[in-house]
Amino acid sequence: MGRRNLIGILFFSIFILLFPLVGRISAVSHYVDIMIFVGLTAMITMGLSLLMGYAGQISLGHAAFYGLGAYTSGILTAKYGINPWPALLAGIFLSAAVAVIVGSPSLKLRGHYLAMATLAFGEIIYIIFNETVSLTEGPDGFGNIPHLSIFGFKFESILANYYLVWAVAIIMLIFLLNIIHSRVGRALSSIHGSEIAAMTMGVNASRYKIQVFVISAAMASVAGSLYAHYVQFINPPVFDLFFSIKLLMMVIIGGMASVWGAIIGAALITFLPEWLLFLEDFDILAYGLVLLLIIIFLPKGLFSLPGILYRSVTPRLKSRS
Amino acid sequence: MENYGLINQLAQYLITGITVGSIYAIVGIGFNIIYNATEIINFAQGEFVMLGGLVMVTLVHTVHLPMPLAFLITIAIVTLVGLLMERLAIFPLKETSVMRLVIMTIALSILIKGLAMFVWGKNSFALKPFSGDTPLSLLGASIVPQTLWIIGITVLLVVLLSLFFGRTIIGKAMSACADNLEAASLVGINAQRMVMLSFMLSAGLGAVAGMIITPMALMEYDRGAMLALKGFGACILGGLGNFYGAVVAGILLGLIESYGAGLISSGYKDALALGALLLVLFIKPSGLLGSAEASKLKKF
Repeated sequence: MGRRNLIGILFFSIFILLFPLVGRISAVSHYVDIMIFVGLTAMITMGLSLLMGYAGQISLGHAAFYGLGAYTSGILTAKYGINPWPALLAGIFLSAAVAVIVGSPSLKLRGHYLAMATLAFGEIIYIIFNETVSLTEGPDGFGNIPHLSIFGFKFESILANYYLVWAVAIIMLIFLLNIIHSRVGRALSSIHGSEIAAMTMGVNASRYKIQVFVISAAMASVAGSLYAHYVQFINPPVFDLFFSIKLLMMVIIGGMASVWGAIIGAALITFLPEWLLFLEDFDILAYGLVLLLIIIFLPKGLFSLPGILYRSVTPRLKSRS
Repeated sequence: MENYGLINQLAQYLITGITVGSIYAIVGIGFNIIYNATEIINFAQGEFVMLGGLVMVTLVHTVHLPMPLAFLITIAIVTLVGLLMERLAIFPLKETSVMRLVIMTIALSILIKGLAMFVWGKNSFALKPFSGDTPLSLLGASIVPQTLWIIGITVLLVVLLSLFFGRTIIGKAMSACADNLEAASLVGINAQRMVMLSFMLSAGLGAVAGMIITPMALMEYDRGAMLALKGFGACILGGLGNFYGAVVAGILLGLIESYGAGLISSGYKDALALGALLLVLFIKPSGLLGSAEASKLKKF
């Protein structure tokens, strides 16, 4: 996985461990709650960054997998009284199965065609959430979804859910970093470089692409299940096309070539509306403007910012000595 | 008698489908024009349509300009927005990835939507029809005159654009850039200027779509995204970059929606249209009229 990533995970874990201390400051005490959503979103964007940054495939349909996870967990536990853990597994299997069925023909498409196909898929699933009222309660959504619990411990409080979500997110991060720094990761980047060249070297491009698509779908599904059990209520707008577009934006703004960037992107875009709240109705303007500036001034995403700052400081330090 | 009623209904769905489809077709053509010049999908395309509708409403109902004059001024204003967008946000990013440009257009669409909310607020606005609202009867279906305006203007636009791309020097230069940007630059075509023109043309087209649909469907600041989605669908279904493909596919999508809503289920009408789109892509990955050969030349 590389020493730098190990150190990164160590420091990041310490940061996550200590972050809830901000909860003691009353002005930002709700940040712990927001960080839960950052963690859930990061699970999806990390998978997407593997798909986009490493395998070079776009998806505008990942909100659908998030929704499939949430609805499977929600319906099975709240309406059929099934234990949340097997329900979560059922969500993963359903999302993975749908990803194989949709991914196999879709991932043969290129560029904008693939974007449209995944977008159409996401929108169809969204319409199904809205229209199958007998199962999903349609646009009204439904509540009474139980909290998760393990060995008698119930994940009820914000703090418990915070640690649960981030533990899962960090396990996913380690898993993805391992994939990237393995044979599979190198095969993926070769597909991104040139699919034809990769295939002549014996890389089964279409199989790898589908595998990554399925992995990212399963991760989104887990995020959806955890969302359902934390919020205890689900309705369709959470899983709409605009969330898919936002996910894509997070990956690109964070820095497409890095799983770390996907986490940073998820954090920024999730926190931004909160920071712009004081602008009231003008927040949408500022939101667009911030995105615009990042795209113009940070071509490689937020993840490249420390490097740029470091390089701009070091020459001065050197000239001084 | 019942049969007669059914035929009437089918005719009604036909007209509705073609009308809605015409709008998708115009938006789809707008996508294609920018795609051909830059290989990017302009997610702010729907915002041009929204602006067209809202600017027209203001000029007609607040400034009280006569309709034809308001029509022309609206086109001019929205074209200017397209020009500014290209100069201020797209041009400075030259030599970058298609993906980054696409994300830039998403940021722009959010920004334009925000500005529109600031100017017009969150209400829906109505615009009076171009020529009264006494329904006409055709094939047993009753039609509001605005329908004819929409279909007529779409046909006119398609004819004018074919003439533009086929007969004029600028139009031919734009088509040349679409086919092969480097070769076009080699023979002395200013590709930068073509990109700029493509944004202006596409913005102007969007404005027209917005102005003709508003009397039938109202307009509000956040309508752009939905219109863009359908237009994008039309342009992909027809084959990216293919002008006539977008027209055929736009009308096809409109018809599927209209018959789907009437005969099957109104809730699933969009799912039916998108399902048909997916099916076509799985069978013919380059769209209805798109050529696989041509799309191989493109990076995106």
